[in-house]
Amino acid sequence: MGDYTYTILIPLIPLFVFLFLGLLGHKMKPFVTGLIGTVGLGISAILSYITAFQYFIAGHVHGTGYASIKGFEIAWLHLTEKLTIHLGVLIDPISVMMLVVITTVSLMVHIYSIGYMKGDPGFYRFFSFLSLFSFSMLGLVLATNIFQMYIFWELVGVSSFLLIGYYYEKPSAVAASKKAFIVTRFADLGFLIGILMLSFNTGTFDFQTLTDPNGPAIAQAGGVAFMGMSVLTWSLIFIFVGGAGKSAMFPFHIWLPDAMEGPTPVSALIHAATMVVAGVYLVARLFPVYALGAPDALMVVAWVGGFSSIFAAVIACTQTDIKRVLAFSTMSQIGYMMLSLGVSGYGGEEGLGFMASNFHLFTHAMFKALLFLGAGAVIHAVHSNEIGEMGNLRKYLPITHITFLIACLTIAGIPPFSAFFSKDEILAAAFHSNKLLFAIEYIVAGLTAFYMFRLYYGIFWGKNTHYHHTPHEAPKVMTIPLMFLAFGSVFAGFIPFHDYVTSDGLGFESKIDWFIAIPSVLIGVVGIFIATLMYKKETAIPDKIAGSFKHLYKWAHRKFYMDEVYLFVTKKIIFRYISAPLAWFDRHVVDGTMNGIAGSIQFTAYAIKGFQSGKLQQYAYVFISGTVILVLIFVYLV
Amino acid sequence: MIQNIPLSYFLVISTMMFFIGIYGFLTRRNLITMLMSVELILNSVNINFVAFNRYLYPQQLQGHFFMLIVIAVAAAEAAVAIAIIINIYRNFKSIDVENVDEMKY
Amino acid sequence: MVYEVMFYLIGTMILVFSVLTVTSRRILRAAVYLLFVLISTAGLYFMLNYNFLAAVQLTVYAGGIVVLIIFSILLTSHLSERAVMAPLKQSLLSALATLAGATLTMMTILRFSFIPSGSAGPQLTITDIGSSLVSYKRDGYALPFEVISVLLLAAMIGAIVVAKKERTIKN
Repeated sequence: MGDYTYTILIPLIPLFVFLFLGLLGHKMKPFVTGLIGTVGLGISAILSYITAFQYFIAGHVHGTGYASIKGFEIAWLHLTEKLTIHLGVLIDPISVMMLVVITTVSLMVHIYSIGYMKGDPGFYRFFSFLSLFSFSMLGLVLATNIFQMYIFWELVGVSSFLLIGYYYEKPSAVAASKKAFIVTRFADLGFLIGILMLSFNTGTFDFQTLTDPNGPAIAQAGGVAFMGMSVLTWSLIFIFVGGAGKSAMFPFHIWLPDAMEGPTPVSALIHAATMVVAGVYLVARLFPVYALGAPDALMVVAWVGGFSSIFAAVIACTQTDIKRVLAFSTMSQIGYMMLSLGVSGYGGEEGLGFMASNFHLFTHAMFKALLFLGAGAVIHAVHSNEIGEMGNLRKYLPITHITFLIACLTIAGIPPFSAFFSKDEILAAAFHSNKLLFAIEYIVAGLTAFYMFRLYYGIFWGKNTHYHHTPHEAPKVMTIPLMFLAFGSVFAGFIPFHDYVTSDGLGFESKIDWFIAIPSVLIGVVGIFIATLMYKKETAIPDKIAGSFKHLYKWAHRKFYMDEVYLFVTKKIIFRYISAPLAWFDRHVVDGTMNGIAGSIQFTAYAIKGFQSGKLQQYAYVFISGTVILVLIFVYLV
Repeated sequence: MIQNIPLSYFLVISTMMFFIGIYGFLTRRNLITMLMSVELILNSVNINFVAFNRYLYPQQLQGHFFMLIVIAVAAAEAAVAIAIIINIYRNFKSIDVENVDEMKY
Repeated sequence: MVYEVMFYLIGTMILVFSVLTVTSRRILRAAVYLLFVLISTAGLYFMLNYNFLAAVQLTVYAGGIVVLIIFSILLTSHLSERAVMAPLKQSLLSALATLAGATLTMMTILRFSFIPSGSAGPQLTITDIGSSLVSYKRDGYALPFEVISVLLLAAMIGAIVVAKKERTIKN
């Protein structure tokens, strides 16, 4: 078994770095703060690798499965006998995998940011917030119980808010950070309701107890029914609502494109590789409960994931801002992960979807972070986000070009890059479960290849353009993380996930199903081919197609007007009919009562003031009448 | 001993004089008239003492001497009060009781 | 019979003159009415056979205090000055309080039956009064006598200190 207590250091080191840099960073030279942040996270990364090695390889007895182990736990709040909130570290295949992902990507982003944020006045603030985020995300994945996860969930939301609004002098950035926080907070209301329902009906918060397949939790809560579905299903759907908010699933996706207002390293870390997969992680964490106790909830998960991925893919084909294309691509890929979880069963071969989802999470983190950091290098060189203002950059940015191309090939699913393996497993799982969902995902694979190569050609090919000054390649501190992530994108596919990360902890045999694999590669190649035809050289074909599908193009370009719908609902309905009366009530009734009390006291005080007038005869009068009254009372009435 | 005049008649007279004095004290504006009302009150008390002494305890002299003491006190008090009134007149040029409603500050 | 008539006469005089004292608009007249009240009270004491007390009353009260009051009136106001009466609200409220108190007191007094002593008592002479005034034996009143003398001394000093003029600085 082994002693895993040292794992508590993995989240705690970034916490201390956050406090240290936050309080004292302004006194240090910027480079020193960057170095401290990076070194702190590097230590966490090394510890994560040691944990992974110890858990998966060294401490493992061949033939048995991987059990979940509590590395560390303390009782934080002991409220009553039944209600105790613990804080601790849970070591389990998915949490160890997430540790590796989070620390690796975060370390790359730290190194990259030393170059990207150079010269920015808030340099130390950036690194302290990055460490805060790393602490929160690590705490989230290591949570032993659902309440601890909720605490860190909110912390992650706060870190995201701080980082999106990093350029706080830009009103659009401030608005975007507010939007992100409010939308995810609203979804977290569902999460909280789900937690309360789940824990009330099962009597526990703890993950090990909840997800025990033979345990009482699943059987107990499955019995009680409400409006056609069991209480367990309702609570899991609510919990999924919270996950959907954080993972930008439809209809809570509106914050993700706007979140691109933050600096590009932030987008790479938070909105591509780590925070947005928190929803997927949540469902994966509670997967036994979903699969064994509430299959209806899993259906909801699958369909929401499927719809979101095709919704995002269509929009991404029409966007002109690099980061927004990548944001919608993220949403689409997370849809893949959700769908894969949704179609999965539990145990052995049935759990293919579960394994594929986590595998895709791992590879996606690599290539999406690579894409964002590469986009950052491009933006750094050109000082603009729009594809229209770029072109022909392969001459000027060779390293960025090669790594970006590797990432695009990966996301299109071309073998032997990593995403081919993970996406193929997802498609196989979908095929065996629901043919319609499989068809949707198949089309999305083609669209993904298409829009990614549209982006690629738009940046690196084409005749263009007069640049204000010659774009220069990014400095080494920025290109080294790019190369490392490209290496990961290429070779991560060969990790045998089916041995390590499965739904019930036991490994199973998995082989490539060529019946699925060959068509998926074909559609990817078709997508690349169409994109090459339309975009490699500047032609009029895109405009002609946009012209003939005018309405569809307009709707897709405006993101299907979702933002306008939300604004309408909030401004015209909620503000006018709910907020305004409440504000009136607060001002006039609540404040009015306070003012009334103060006013009446003042009135009484002025009235009593007359007793001390100094007039002798008044005093004598009061004395005489008082005496008369007292005599009356005590002699005659008592 | 007074024939046919019960004690309560004396008491009624003294009570009425007492309360007339109180009315005068509460109503008059001039300080000297207030002093005169106080003298009325003290006088009514004297009548009370003497009547009780005469009717209830004719052998003893307590009522006598208390009455003498009350007269002495009334005299002393009137003297000091007049002195104060003279002083107030010097400061305010008037002896209206409304003038003396503030403490020294 | 004669006694009763005298009593009612003196009683009426006391009450009428006291009412006039408190309601008269001219101050000097109020002082004179007070004088008449005090003289009537002395008459009451004469009726009760307490000659010494009546004499003291006439001397100190009527002769000393009223004269003092008249002097101070002359010092502090014009003779023909009309006094300002109190506002109506104050008069009514004080009348109310006064009537209430009077009613209450009289009810209390009249309800209680005082049992007069049967004996007429010894004839009091000045010698008796004088010797018990300075006697320090059981029925002596030497102590109150001394206390009163101290009080009178204090009052005298106090009156002089309060009423003397401020010393003006002479250059």
